[in-house]
Amino acid sequence: MKTFRIGGVHPRENKLTAGAPITHASLPKQAIILLSQHIGAPAEAIVAKGDMVKVGTLLAKANGFVSANIHSPVSGKVAKIDNVTDASGYQKPAIYIDVEGDTWEESIDRSDALISSCNLDAQAIINKIDQMGIVGIGGATFPTKVKLMPPPNMKPEVLIINAVECEPYLTNDHALMLAKADEIMVGVEILMKAINVTQAYIGIEANKPDAIELLKHKAQEHKGIEIVRLQCRYPQGGEKQLIDAVIGRQVASGALPVSTGAVVQNVATAYAVYEAVQKNKPLIERIVTVTGKSLARPGNYLARIGMPVSQLIEEAGGLPENTGKIVLGGPMMGRATQNIEAPTSKGTSGILVMDDSEAHRIEPSPCIRCAKCVAACPMGLEPYLLSKAVAIGNYEIAEERRIYDCIECGCCSYSCPAHRQLLDYIRYGKGKVMGIIRARNAETKK
Amino acid sequence: MNKLVVSPSPHVHSGLSTTQCMYGVLIALIPAFLVSLYYFGIDALLVTATSVVACITFEYLIQRYLLGQRSTIGDGSAILTGVLLAFNLPASIPLWIVVVGALFAIGIGKMAFGGIGNNIFNPALAGRIFLLISFPQQMTTWPIPAPWGIGVDGQTGATTLSILKRGNVEEIVNIDVLETLVGNAGGSFGEVSAIALIIGFLYLLWKKIITWHIPVSIIATVFLFSFAVTISQGWEYAIIFSELQIFSGGLLLGAIFMATDYVTSPMTPGGMLLYGVLIGIITVVIRLWGAYPEGLSFAIFIMNGVTPLINKYMTPKRFGEVKRHG
Repeated sequence: MKTFRIGGVHPRENKLTAGAPITHASLPKQAIILLSQHIGAPAEAIVAKGDMVKVGTLLAKANGFVSANIHSPVSGKVAKIDNVTDASGYQKPAIYIDVEGDTWEESIDRSDALISSCNLDAQAIINKIDQMGIVGIGGATFPTKVKLMPPPNMKPEVLIINAVECEPYLTNDHALMLAKADEIMVGVEILMKAINVTQAYIGIEANKPDAIELLKHKAQEHKGIEIVRLQCRYPQGGEKQLIDAVIGRQVASGALPVSTGAVVQNVATAYAVYEAVQKNKPLIERIVTVTGKSLARPGNYLARIGMPVSQLIEEAGGLPENTGKIVLGGPMMGRATQNIEAPTSKGTSGILVMDDSEAHRIEPSPCIRCAKCVAACPMGLEPYLLSKAVAIGNYEIAEERRIYDCIECGCCSYSCPAHRQLLDYIRYGKGKVMGIIRARNAETKK
Repeated sequence: MNKLVVSPSPHVHSGLSTTQCMYGVLIALIPAFLVSLYYFGIDALLVTATSVVACITFEYLIQRYLLGQRSTIGDGSAILTGVLLAFNLPASIPLWIVVVGALFAIGIGKMAFGGIGNNIFNPALAGRIFLLISFPQQMTTWPIPAPWGIGVDGQTGATTLSILKRGNVEEIVNIDVLETLVGNAGGSFGEVSAIALIIGFLYLLWKKIITWHIPVSIIATVFLFSFAVTISQGWEYAIIFSELQIFSGGLLLGAIFMATDYVTSPMTPGGMLLYGVLIGIITVVIRLWGAYPEGLSFAIFIMNGVTPLINKYMTPKRFGEVKRHG
C-alpha cells in the first residue's frame, strides 16, 4: 500500500463518528461572519447595518488576489459590523446578522438533481470559483482559485484530491464521500478542466473501505480519475506528504507544491466547487465533525458558517460536565479555544470536546536522545536539536538545520517519551528564523 | 465546569514515557538474568541486587544532598544502570567492589555530567571500565558455570575469548558453539547466554524500544572482520572463529543493550550504522591485537565519545532530497 517515505506516526484513530450520516444542524439566531476566513487579506464588507440579506447574498468582497468573497449563510437583517472575539481570542471584524426565516437567493439551485455536464472553459470555471468564495476547506483555507492559477513556468500535470483525513476523530470528509460521491466526481472533473490535466488521483486512507469502494465504483464512469488507497499514517493529509505518497515526488525545500506537477485540492473543496459551478451556490455551509468521548450525540453536522461553536456542541448533546479542552479541528493540528461563543468559519472541520483527564499536558523530563522525534519527523528534521537550538537562542543552528521546513504537524511532540514540547519551541523558532531570512533578503536587495 | 485548557497542538500523545522505555529494557534483560541464576546461582543475584541498590542510593543521595534536585530515581534509568553494570561483572566478584563500580557509574558516569540525558558515556560501561582498570585480578577471575551454581566456589575457568586470544587452532575448533549459545561458558554472568540475549533483542524490536541498526551493524562487522582476518587458515576454521567472536564475551550484551543506550548513541539511522560498524572494527582490533581479550567495552566507550561528531555530520534524509520513484 502506498504512503509517504519519511517519518510519520499512527495515532489512535478514535473515529467515533465514522459512518454517521450527515445531520442538518438547526439555524442560529444570530450568525457572526468573520471577514477573514481564509489565508490572505480580509474581505471588504459591502453591506451596512440594517440591510436585509438572503442566503447567498454577497456580504464582503475579496480584497486582492489572495483573498476570498464571503456570502451570507443565513437570511435576515445585518445587525452590526463590529469586532468579535474569535476562537484564538483575538478581536476580528465580523458581520452580525439577525436571522429571519431562511430565504435563499433565487440564482441558487437548491434541488438534489445531479448536473454532470459543464460547458464552461477553464477561465470561466476559475472565475466562478472565485466569485463563490471557495477556499481550501481541508483546514488551510487557501483561496482555491489561487491554487488553480499556478505561475506560468509551472505546468500542472495531475490533480490530487486529498480525501486522506488522517487527523484522528475527524470524519467529515468520510461522511461527505459516502453521501455525495457523484457530485464529488463531477467536482473533480471540473477541477481537472480548470487546470487542464487529464489525470486525477483521489487519495483515501485504508480506514475508510466503504468510501474507497464507493468511489472506485463511481470512478469507472469518469475517465482519468483513479482512487489510491493509502496506508493509515499521519500526516498523510499534508500537501507535501500526499504528493509523495501518491506520485512519489517530493517538493523541494521552499518550492511551491505545484513545482512537482501536482495540484492538490481537498475532497470537500471539490464538492464545494461542484456546488459553486453547477448549482451557483457559494460556500455558506460545511460539514463539521462534532466529536468527543463524553458527548451524547457526536456526529457529522451540516452547519451554516458563522454559527457559534457552543450551538454546535448543543446540537451534539451539550457540553459534558467533565470537559477540559475544546479543539477546533483535529487533535494533532487543531487549535484549542476557550471562547466557545466564537463563530465557526470556512475552515472549521471539526469541534473536538476533550475530557479534563486528557486535556492537560504532562510535565516534561530531560531529553534522553532516544531519536524517536527524528524517526517521526515527516520532513526529515531533527526536532530535538531544533528545539534545543531555539531554547538557547541559537537561530544560526536552527536555520542551518532547516527549521523553516517544519510543517508543524506535531509528530515530534506526539512521540516524545519525555513529553518535551518540541513543537512549541520549533514553532517559535521558525517564526524567528523566517523573520531573520526576510530581513537578510531585504538587506541584499538594497 | 472546569476551566478550559488552552495549549498549542498536538493535543494527544503516543503514551510512551521515558520510564516505560527503561522498564522495557529491563524486561528484555529477564531471560539473560534467569540463565545467569541457573549457571551462577545466588552469586549472580547478590551482585545484581547490590549493584541496583547501590546505583539507586547513590543517585538519590547525589541529587538530594549534593545537587539539591528533585530525585529522578523513579524513571528506572538508575535501576537499568545497576543491572547492566552487574551483568558485566564476574559472579564471584567481592560485593564491595560492586559498590565502588556503582559509585563511579552513577557519580562520575552520570551525575557529574548533569544526570539523565546529559552524560557522554554510558554510565554502566564507565563503571565497568573503571573496575577493570582498578581491580584487574578480581575482574578477570571467572567462576566455572554449573547448574544452579552448585560447586562454583573457588574454581576459575578460561573464557571463550581467552581461548580465542591464545589462537591455538586445535583448542578453538574443540569449543562447543552450542554451549556458548546456551550460556554454559565462562564470563561475566549476564553475557554468557547468546540465546537469552537474542530473545531480549527481539522483545526490544517488537516493542519498538530500539531499532535494529546498532546491534546488527556491530554483529555483522565483527563477524565479517574476524572472517576476513582468519580466512587464510581455511573456510571451516574462519567460520567457527568468527561465530565464536559473536557468541562469546560481552558482544551480544554490549551490542544489544550497551551500545544502544539512547543517550550515548547517534540519532539517525545512518549515524547508528556508522557507529555500529566502527564499534565492530575497534572491538576486533583490540580482541586480536590488543592487550585485553575483550575489546567491546572500550570500543563502545570510544564511540560514545565520537557520537556528538556523528550527530553533527550524519543528518537525516531531508524531505525533498529523496530521488523520485515511479
